Amino acid sequence: MSAIARDTDESLIASRPPPTPQGGVMYWLRTRLFSGPVNSVVSIVTLLLIVRLVWPVIDWALIQADWVGSSRADCTSEGACWVFISTRWSQIVYGFYPLAERWRVDIVLGLFFALIAWLVIPRLPGKKSVALMGLVGLPIIAWVLLLGGMFGLPHVPTRAWGGLMLTLTIAAVGIVGSLPLGVVLALGRRSKMPLVRAVCVIFIEFWRGVPLITVLFMSSVMLPLFVPANVEFDKLLRALIGIMLFWSAYMAEVVRSGLQAIDKGQGEAGAALGLGYWLRMRLIILPQALKLVIPGIVNTFIALFKDTSLVLIIGLFDVLSIIQAGLTDSDWLGFAIEGYVFAALVFWVFCFGMSRYSQSLERRLHTGH
Amino acid sequence: MLRPSVSIPRRGRGPLWRDPAVRALFFQVLLLAMVLGAIGFLIHNTMANLDARGIRTGFEFLDRRAGFPVSQTLIDYSSNTSTYGRTFLVGLANTLLVSALGIVAATIIGFLVGLARLSPNWLLARLAGAYVEIFRNIPLLLQILFWYFAVLRTLPSPRQSLSLLDSFYLNVRGLIMPAPEAQAGFMATPLALAAAVVGVIALVIIARRRQAATGQQWPVLPLSLLLLIGLPLATFWMTGAPLEWSTPELSGFNFRGGMQVLPELVALWLALSIYTAAFIAETVRSGIQSVPHGQTEAARSLSLPGRLTMRRIVIPQAMRVMVPQVTNQYLNLIKNSSLATAIGYPDLVAVFAGTTLNQTGQAIEVMTMTMLVYLSISLIVSALMNLYNARMSLKER
Repeated sequence: MSAIARDTDESLIASRPPPTPQGGVMYWLRTRLFSGPVNSVVSIVTLLLIVRLVWPVIDWALIQADWVGSSRADCTSEGACWVFISTRWSQIVYGFYPLAERWRVDIVLGLFFALIAWLVIPRLPGKKSVALMGLVGLPIIAWVLLLGGMFGLPHVPTRAWGGLMLTLTIAAVGIVGSLPLGVVLALGRRSKMPLVRAVCVIFIEFWRGVPLITVLFMSSVMLPLFVPANVEFDKLLRALIGIMLFWSAYMAEVVRSGLQAIDKGQGEAGAALGLGYWLRMRLIILPQALKLVIPGIVNTFIALFKDTSLVLIIGLFDVLSIIQAGLTDSDWLGFAIEGYVFAALVFWVFCFGMSRYSQSLERRLHTGH
Repeated sequence: MLRPSVSIPRRGRGPLWRDPAVRALFFQVLLLAMVLGAIGFLIHNTMANLDARGIRTGFEFLDRRAGFPVSQTLIDYSSNTSTYGRTFLVGLANTLLVSALGIVAATIIGFLVGLARLSPNWLLARLAGAYVEIFRNIPLLLQILFWYFAVLRTLPSPRQSLSLLDSFYLNVRGLIMPAPEAQAGFMATPLALAAAVVGVIALVIIARRRQAATGQQWPVLPLSLLLLIGLPLATFWMTGAPLEWSTPELSGFNFRGGMQVLPELVALWLALSIYTAAFIAETVRSGIQSVPHGQTEAARSLSLPGRLTMRRIVIPQAMRVMVPQVTNQYLNLIKNSSLATAIGYPDLVAVFAGTTLNQTGQAIEVMTMTMLVYLSISLIVSALMNLYNARMSLKER
């Protein structure tokens, strides 16, 4: 006892001041950017890289750019010539839609964006009924208004469709068509009936194995051969069928991964309550499975949206091909960069928006612990 | 005692449509009838339509003379003598070339960006994040067109080429660079390289067995590098360096000598690599993040050094997540290389499903062959992936 006491320094350690609150710009810089020699070098090199890359872009696109005017003569400064875009604005939005009928496109686009806004803003009520109305009502309204030929509206052939409205039409039809088809295929692939399973597997693996280009080529050169000679198939319709079938296979695989993640006990509990197959799927399995794979579904939507640009190759005029066609205008040669940057911005805004929305939806629907 | 006192009455057969087996049979027969009916309908229509248009089906057209030039041929091809069958092979070779180049570049960029996103350096992580968000949200076709029409097509003419070291020239006709010309006896070098690869594989296997048996480690990495670099180099010198370089020289309005890489190839390669790299980067990030932090902590508590933790603990587990997804991206890249047709790079779709189809009108045969190529690549790779997954999946008891 005393030996221990003698060996131990019995005086108290002097109390130290509390740790100084770590915060502020300097602390942040020190820990995140300059925590060691290697890190400091990396930070400085990255910073130089950003300055070298980003500043010229900002300078070109915003500071030195020309914004107003009506011809290329108005582009006098060093930077970008956005006049190229602004003079073609109506074409980029409406394509070759007849001038007098463009109000119809305006109504459809307005309804479309209003619907999206309603679904995206969390505070607004009645999401389910609005979504249902949008899924059933909007396509009908859009079909009647855009195509015309009934209720006294002049017929506008799909040849005249183009620009943003065409891109959104293809994307919307693709999304609305491929999701339900994908769900059915996914259920079929997990069916206990061998023949149903085989048909679904072959269908899915076929579409997933070939590039979309060949599908579009096929729909434009082979589909006319497949139908009776007197049936006339619209070029846009052919592309839409190809896109829908193609993406339904990808959707099916996403949904299947969700179905596989649901515990077997869920379905068995449903069966024990006396629910039949379809009720079990609709009330128990699918709501859980689809919620699980929201990121995957939205990723497929984004891929679909980006790939609508491929219709350029079969000669439809979406946003990208309208701009691409504008580049060959002999009055406006040499504005390729402006054109592509603007088209990229359009696609980017939609795709990035979708991915951000899916992230917020995921957080909101996360009802676990 | 254990048996219920009231015996459950045997169920009667009930109506036939309540029997699950009968219902399953009925639905499958119905589906089969529908599928066969649809196929029959399509075949019937197609036959009638082909008859009406006077198109003869069959693959005889593959032996007919093609008679159109192709701007890049990796195998012998001449527009005068080669057949349509040959155009299929020429296109296929070009598809495989750009796919291989793209896969290599996309892997390198993707891994670098993916690791940069996980860097503790805030600035670097944000830069990598911006790269991913920008490039994966812009359509690939748009990126291809941008590189081709906005960048490479606006380069100066051959006389004002941008040059590097007086042997690489970049101009509107593409990238012109020195071409290696193999002399007699050069074949020994690639053979030596192949031998070195076999040697390295053997070395790794033997070293692993030895370590398992005795615990002793061999310096495998330096030895492999020595073998891989040293053996071909030594062979090369011993056979008398049988390789000459043909350097490009400007004569008149164009270059002579060297080899020319088409601007279409450069644009397609750039766009495919940059686009796919953004997806690979995300895969790499999620793969590494999927390894639970407890694993790193456990390694640290065993006082494994940081590099060894990464190599032995984190990466092997991350690989299990990453490999299938990265392979999927490779497949996407191969399929996406078909966008070549938009800028006229002579890949399978542009040459065979484009020009050959238009000239012969044999839509069904040509499209079937083209799709079968992509389909078989996909199916072979996914079969290999299933094997890999079966081997690598966690063995749980």
